[in-house]
Amino acid sequence: MIPELGHFSLILAAGLSVLLAVLPALGAGRRNPMLMASGAPLAAGVLVFILLSFACLLYAFAQDDFSVRYVAEHSNTALPLYYKIAAAWSAHEGSFLLWTLIMAVWTFAVACFSRSLTLDMQARVLSVLGLLTAGFTFFLLFTSNPFARNLPIFPLDGADLNPLLQDFGLIVHPPLLYMGYVGFAVPFAFAIATLTTGHLDAAWVRWSRPWTTVAWAFLSIGITLGSWWAYYELGWGGWWFWDAVENASFMPWLAGTALIHSLAVSDKRGLFKSWTVLLAIVTFSLSLLGAFLVRSGVLISVHAFAVDPARGIFILIFLGLVVGGSLVLYAFKATATKRASSYSWSSRETLLLVNNLLLSVAVAAILLGTLYPLLYEVVTSGGKISVGPPYFNTVFLPILVLLFLAMVFAPQSRWRETGVKQVLGKLMPVLAVAIFIVAGLTWMLELPLDPVGFVFQSIAVWLLFTLAGDWWLSSSTKKPLSASRLGMLLAHSGIGVAILGVAVTVCFSEGQDLRMLPGDVTSIQGYDFRFDEMTRVAGPNYMADRAQFSVSKNGQLVTHLYPEKRVYHVSRNVMTEADMDPSPLRDLYVALGEPLGGSAWAVRLHVKPFVRWIWFGGLMIAVGGFITVCDRRYRNFAARQPVFYDEETNKQMNTR
Amino acid sequence: MKFGRMKAQRRNRVMLVCLILLSTGAAVAFALLALNQNINLFYTPTQIVAGKAPENKLIRAGGMVVAGSLVRSGTGLDLRFIISDLRAAEVEVRYAGILPDLFREGQGVIAHGKLQDDGVFYAEEILAKHDENYMPPELLQEESQPE
Repeated sequence: MIPELGHFSLILAAGLSVLLAVLPALGAGRRNPMLMASGAPLAAGVLVFILLSFACLLYAFAQDDFSVRYVAEHSNTALPLYYKIAAAWSAHEGSFLLWTLIMAVWTFAVACFSRSLTLDMQARVLSVLGLLTAGFTFFLLFTSNPFARNLPIFPLDGADLNPLLQDFGLIVHPPLLYMGYVGFAVPFAFAIATLTTGHLDAAWVRWSRPWTTVAWAFLSIGITLGSWWAYYELGWGGWWFWDAVENASFMPWLAGTALIHSLAVSDKRGLFKSWTVLLAIVTFSLSLLGAFLVRSGVLISVHAFAVDPARGIFILIFLGLVVGGSLVLYAFKATATKRASSYSWSSRETLLLVNNLLLSVAVAAILLGTLYPLLYEVVTSGGKISVGPPYFNTVFLPILVLLFLAMVFAPQSRWRETGVKQVLGKLMPVLAVAIFIVAGLTWMLELPLDPVGFVFQSIAVWLLFTLAGDWWLSSSTKKPLSASRLGMLLAHSGIGVAILGVAVTVCFSEGQDLRMLPGDVTSIQGYDFRFDEMTRVAGPNYMADRAQFSVSKNGQLVTHLYPEKRVYHVSRNVMTEADMDPSPLRDLYVALGEPLGGSAWAVRLHVKPFVRWIWFGGLMIAVGGFITVCDRRYRNFAARQPVFYDEETNKQMNTR
Repeated sequence: MKFGRMKAQRRNRVMLVCLILLSTGAAVAFALLALNQNINLFYTPTQIVAGKAPENKLIRAGGMVVAGSLVRSGTGLDLRFIISDLRAAEVEVRYAGILPDLFREGQGVIAHGKLQDDGVFYAEEILAKHDENYMPPELLQEESQPE
């Protein structure tokens, strides 16, 4: 019964979301306040029924209801309860229900926190969100119903959750990532709603800013967690593979980053308005494209879900309608109102323009590399290629250097015009110090010199120093730092920390794959890895060969590591469970390969300096984003008039 | 550095257009160059045996691991095995390193590496997808095509 209840609530939610898509918009068109006001209660209704539906799915997993096909395929009685629950979003159907649920949560949040919006605007925004929710629920109902039954004969036990996914990462990574992906629907809805009104006023920019930043912060955490998960779970110590699905999350993140910055310019200076609208559309379209790439199976990837052409076609049509429709709307309605706001080439506006250009180029280059295998296949009628990490590194690294330059100068610059000499005078000595420190450390620690790595280490240190100096100078004055400034400094420092981590790890990591017998010792960067012994241990649903390694430095024991090779009972899948000793300055990493006969094992040993900095930086970025949203100006927004330009005189009223 | 309003505006617009043109041009050139150097073509054992695959160039080769063909050296991590498609074409693959968890004889793999003039494929990386029933889509397509 419970699965039917879930299915039925999903149908109800689909019906309500159609109403949400239609009624408030109709109200806005006919200036009917009753219809316009129907948005908020409808949004609540959609949320309630999708939540109910999702709860039913979780219940089916918790109760091991294997008459539900999706449960039978992805769970098992021997799984611990928390993995049974998380298994609900381990594959396509359930994860898309989660996606839709998060969409409903965002929609409801907009309904709740939009009291400062005019009723007309609120109605339009909610209608756009309702339209998207309707598309998602129909997709679930028609192509991916998670409640489909296995009747009359159903298995006594489930096929088990893929062992790779039996991990803490599965519990947190998808929900946070989807919060980000789907969250970009909100600025998208604001942009579309504004376009339909026919005039791009400044108000929508101010409204979109906190929503965009929150969605972006969630996406940052999601990507960071994904990278960390891949590092410790995939068993080869990598943290980013330029895999199609990783790119699918990275592109909306880059576009979202550009959007945050262009929103800032549009908000403060009234410039780039139609560009900002376009970016909002593009960012959400890239989120949808990501969903298409992951769920249609067109690209080969470790992340891809099971292939079903019907799904791919549905999403492709939906994507086409959303992107095409919004671009057409944009083409007809985004008549940029001419505003004479001047800014000099040395202004912050210019630097943010550069930021947007670079990020757009980066997105385009990554998009090209990701879709190229598809294009190639179409053009050569069936030729198969893959585009590897070298391509992405080659195109992304130069852009990153330029982005860093913009990132160093922009926070020190001023709107309209900046005293170039003064800023250079402030920043260049810091650059000299940064280069001196990096060179000095490289020399003192007798590290190999890698030119590219050296450049990135130096500019990362440069960026961190300038930001720290900025923070120190502003906190030593009486006036407290505003939340948005603090968040900006933290997020930018996060980029510096992450890139420094990348540059150090890539240059100075050392690793070895080798054959080891118990008692063998191998030394890497002064750490002696000793293979002590092999034992057998039983887990809740697997048997494992567990090795004990003692790692010592200069004869002193540092730690014991226990990597495992697991065989899961149900699926008979073999899984490598690496073990590592994390610390801020270096990770010690051991993974088991396969048994080589006798008591010999293939073993992978790594010493990875600074690798933790990558994810710590990622977290700083996200926290920075969340802090920014706490800024007073968003809270006082309701009390203020959202008009910053006098329409008659074209004159800026408020430039702060 | 203060310009009149119109002058500054015009100057900015020219700057903008130049910037956009320059960066797009540079990006396109860069991207195409990078793509050109980093495309990995995929070949089946049949194509390799027929001499259609280039030698000494990074390519990908995919096939089923022939049962019983995996041989390890007794001392290091060196190993070799044979991949075939279902048309009796066989290619020897040599590799030194750790095989992925789902590497099994009788199942599909993709090897990333170079074909040498001795007809042996020297792999730098071996990929097996994390799914027991996985077969590289490329192979699936090969099979479904009529002989």
